[in-house]
Amino acid sequence: MERTREEIMPGVWLTALRTDKFKTDMLSITLLSQLCRESAAMNAVIPSVLRRGTTRYPDMDSIAAELDELYGAAAVPAVRRLGEIQAVGLITSFPGDNYLPGGEKLLRKAVSLSGEILLSPNTRGGLFLPPYVDGEKQKLLEKIRGQINDKNTYAIQRLIENMCACENFAVSRLGDESSAEAIGYQKLTRHYHELLASSPVEVFYCGGSDGYRIKSAVKETLSILRRGNINPDIGTDIRMNAVESEPRYFTESLDVNQGKLSIGWRLGEIMAEPDIAALRVFNAVFGGSVTSKLFMNVRERLSLCYYASSVVDVHKGLLLVTSGIAFDQYEAAKAEIFAQLDAIKRGEITDGELDAARRGVASDLRAAMDSAAELESYWISANVGGMDCAPDELAALCESVTREEIVAIANSVECDAVYFLTGREAAE
Amino acid sequence: MTSRFFENIGETLYTQTLSNGLTVLALPQPGFIRSFAMFAANYGGAMRRFTLGNQVIDTPAGVAHFLEHKMFDMPNGENALSLLSASGASPNAWTSSGMTAYHFSSTSKFEENLRTLLTFVSTPYFTPESVAKEQGIIGQEIRMTEDSPYFAVYVGLMRCLYAHNPIRDSVIGTVESIARISDKTLYDCHRAFYAPSNMTLCVAGGPDPDGIAAIAGEILPAEKLPVPEPDFGPPESPIPLSPGTEKAMAVSAPQFMLGAKLTPAENGEPLHRQELVGALALRCLMGRSSPFYTGLYADGLLSNDFSADVDYAAGTAAIIAGGESAEPGRVRDRLAADVERVVKSGLDEAAFGRARKAAYGSRLRGLESFEDLCFNLARGHFGGYCPLDAFSLLSDISADECAAYIAENLAPERIALSVITPANMKG
Repeated sequence: MERTREEIMPGVWLTALRTDKFKTDMLSITLLSQLCRESAAMNAVIPSVLRRGTTRYPDMDSIAAELDELYGAAAVPAVRRLGEIQAVGLITSFPGDNYLPGGEKLLRKAVSLSGEILLSPNTRGGLFLPPYVDGEKQKLLEKIRGQINDKNTYAIQRLIENMCACENFAVSRLGDESSAEAIGYQKLTRHYHELLASSPVEVFYCGGSDGYRIKSAVKETLSILRRGNINPDIGTDIRMNAVESEPRYFTESLDVNQGKLSIGWRLGEIMAEPDIAALRVFNAVFGGSVTSKLFMNVRERLSLCYYASSVVDVHKGLLLVTSGIAFDQYEAAKAEIFAQLDAIKRGEITDGELDAARRGVASDLRAAMDSAAELESYWISANVGGMDCAPDELAALCESVTREEIVAIANSVECDAVYFLTGREAAE
Repeated sequence: MTSRFFENIGETLYTQTLSNGLTVLALPQPGFIRSFAMFAANYGGAMRRFTLGNQVIDTPAGVAHFLEHKMFDMPNGENALSLLSASGASPNAWTSSGMTAYHFSSTSKFEENLRTLLTFVSTPYFTPESVAKEQGIIGQEIRMTEDSPYFAVYVGLMRCLYAHNPIRDSVIGTVESIARISDKTLYDCHRAFYAPSNMTLCVAGGPDPDGIAAIAGEILPAEKLPVPEPDFGPPESPIPLSPGTEKAMAVSAPQFMLGAKLTPAENGEPLHRQELVGALALRCLMGRSSPFYTGLYADGLLSNDFSADVDYAAGTAAIIAGGESAEPGRVRDRLAADVERVVKSGLDEAAFGRARKAAYGSRLRGLESFEDLCFNLARGHFGGYCPLDAFSLLSDISADECAAYIAENLAPERIALSVITPANMKG
C-alpha cells in the first residue's frame, strides 16, 4: 500500500493510499474546526444541508438518481469529534475501476460529485434554501434529543458532560439543543463560507488510482474553493489533573431496567508525552478487550454486569469505563472496577494478560489495513493528532510495550468523576 | 475441492462437502492481512420444538442463544473466547431466529485459531453450576435489550405479524424462560442441531482451501448424523394477526417498524431469485432515490436511519421497514398509496435501470466486509444457492417482476405497524 501526503492547496492536505485490494474506492473531504458550544450545531448541520441539493442537482431526488447512476455510490455526511476538534464533511464511496460491466470508470465523476455537494449548494440570492435548513435543523434536533435512546452511549455522554463541564470537550459532536434551535438560514450561510475559507481541510483517498490521478481530480474539483486565513491554532486543551481532589459523583434516574455506571479518569502526567502504543495496550489490559481485567473479573468471575469496558481518548487524555449493571450492584461493581485498576498499579499483570493485550491490539491495527473505512478513520485521527505512523507500524510498536510502561500509565491516571444512571423506582 | 471463478468480480470460491456432511466454503483473499472464519449452524432461536429419537422435545425461549454463550466453556476449564483472544484473534458469536454463528478474524496463526473454533463448537460441556451462572449474565443482557426501543419495536412487529410461529418470541428469551434451561436441555439441542451436516464453515482469506477442509475433517466427528426437522407449527396466514401495536418507552421520538409476511420460495435458485427481486423491489419502492423516501424526508417524516429489507428465518419471510418518524401512520399511508400506484402503472423503467445499477454497486461494496461475505455464503448454503451468482442474475431481473412482487406482497391488508411512542421521560 503506497501512501502519499501532500498540501495540494493552502491548508488542504491530501492523504492518498493506493491499493488494489478493495473493489470500492473511498474519498473523504473533511473540514476541521475548534469544537465549541456556539458553532458545533451549525457545523454539524452543514454537511446535511449541502447534501439536500446543489446547483447541478437541485434536490435529493436528483442527487440520489446521480448516485444510483454511479452504481450506488454513497455520499454520506460525516460529523466527528477528535478531542476538541470538530471534523465535518462528506465520505464518498464508489466502485473501483475494474469491477463494472463494460469497464466503466467512475473516479472523476465521483470526485466531481463530492466537490459539487460541498462547494456548490443550491441557494437563492446566495443564501441556503430555508426549507433545506429548517428540515435539517429539525433532524439535527431529533438526533440530539435521540441521544438518550441508546442508554449505553448516553451514560458515557452524561459522564463527559458532567466531568468536563467547563471544557469544550463537554460539547457533543452534534452541538446542543439550544444552539441547534437557534440555527437560521442566513447566519448558517455566512458561517458556511467562513468555515470553507478558514478551516484546515483533510482529503483522504483509498483505492486503485495512483496519487497523481487522484490529486489532479481533487485539485480540479476544489479549484473553486475560496481560501482566506487558515485558522492555525485549533487544538485540544488537555487537562492533566482531576478537577477536585476527590472524584465527583453524579446520579440521574430514568425509566430503565438496567443501571449504567460510567467512570472517568484524566490520564495525568503521561499526557505530557503520550505513548500511543502503550496507551492502547494499557487499555486492552484494563478493559478494552475480552481478555481484559474488567471483562474477566467484573463480568466473567463475579457476574456483576453484562458488559464492562474501557476506552482511552488519546486526543483529550481521558480513560473512560462504562458498564451495564443491576441497580443494587452499584457499590460492588464500582469497587471491583477500581480494584482492577489498583491491581495494574501494583504491577499485577500476568504474562498471559500482557501477551494477549499486545497481540490483540497489534492484530486489530493490522486488520485495519484491510478496510478502507478503518483506514480513513485511522488517518483522519492520526493527521489531527500529528502522528505519522501507519497502522502496521503502530502494531509493531504495540508488540514491544512493557509491563512497566503499562504500570506507569495506571499510576498516572486520576479519577475525576463517577456517573450512575439508575431506574426511577430504584432512585426513590 | 471444486473451484468456481467469478470473472465479473474477480473471486474464486472453493467448495467441498466432507463425508460427515459439513460443507466448507472458502474464498481466498490475496493481498489481505486478515482472515475470517465463520462456523455456522442452521439452528436459531425459533427452532424450539423438534423430535429427537422418538421423543418430542419442547425447549424454552432463548435456548439457542443460551447454548451459544455456553459453548465457549471447554472441558479443561478454559474459555474459548479467552483462548482465541490470547492468540490475537477477535472472536465473537451471535444467534438469530434462524442461525447461530461462531466466528473469528485474525492476522496470524489462522490454522491454530481455526482448530480452536472447530474444537470448542463441536465439544459440548455444561454443568448445572455453569448454567446457573450464565442465567445471571444473560439476565442482565435481557434487561439491557428490554431498554432498547429498537429491540422492542421489532418484537412488537413480530407479535403483530405472526400468530404462533416461535419467531414471535425474543431470541434471547425472558428471565423466566431461561430459568427453565438446564444442562440437559443444552446437551439435547447441541446433539440435535450441531451435527456437521447441519453446519457450514465459511472462510474469507486464510491459507489454501484444501488445508482448511483437511483441518475440519480432522477435528470434527466423522459420522454423518441425522438432523431433526424443527416444528414451527401450522402454516401462518398471509394476513397479520393484528394490524398494529403501540408501546410507550423512554425515547425522544416515535420509532416504528412496519412489515408484511410472505411465503419463502423453494430452496435453490427460486429462493435466491426471490431474495434479489425483493431487495430490488424494495430499493425501487422505498430506497434512497425513491419518491417515497425523498418525499417523506423532505416532509420531515423520515430520516436517514430509515431502512427496508426482507428477513428470512425459520421457514418465514417478512418485509421489514422502519426508523424514526413523528407520524408513523402517515408513513404507512404513503406506502399504501405508492404501492397502489405500482399496481396500476408499474415501475418507472429509467428509475428501475438506475436502481439495478445501484444494487450491483452496493453488492460489490458488500464484498469488502469478510463478515457479511461469510454470513451471506452461510445463508446461501442453507438456502441452497450461491450468493455470488447475484452479480450475473441481477441483469436478468425486470421491472415487471419487481412490480409484481410489490403488488403481491404489500397490499394494505398485509401490513402491520409497530410503534414505540415517547413516554414522559424525566419525572
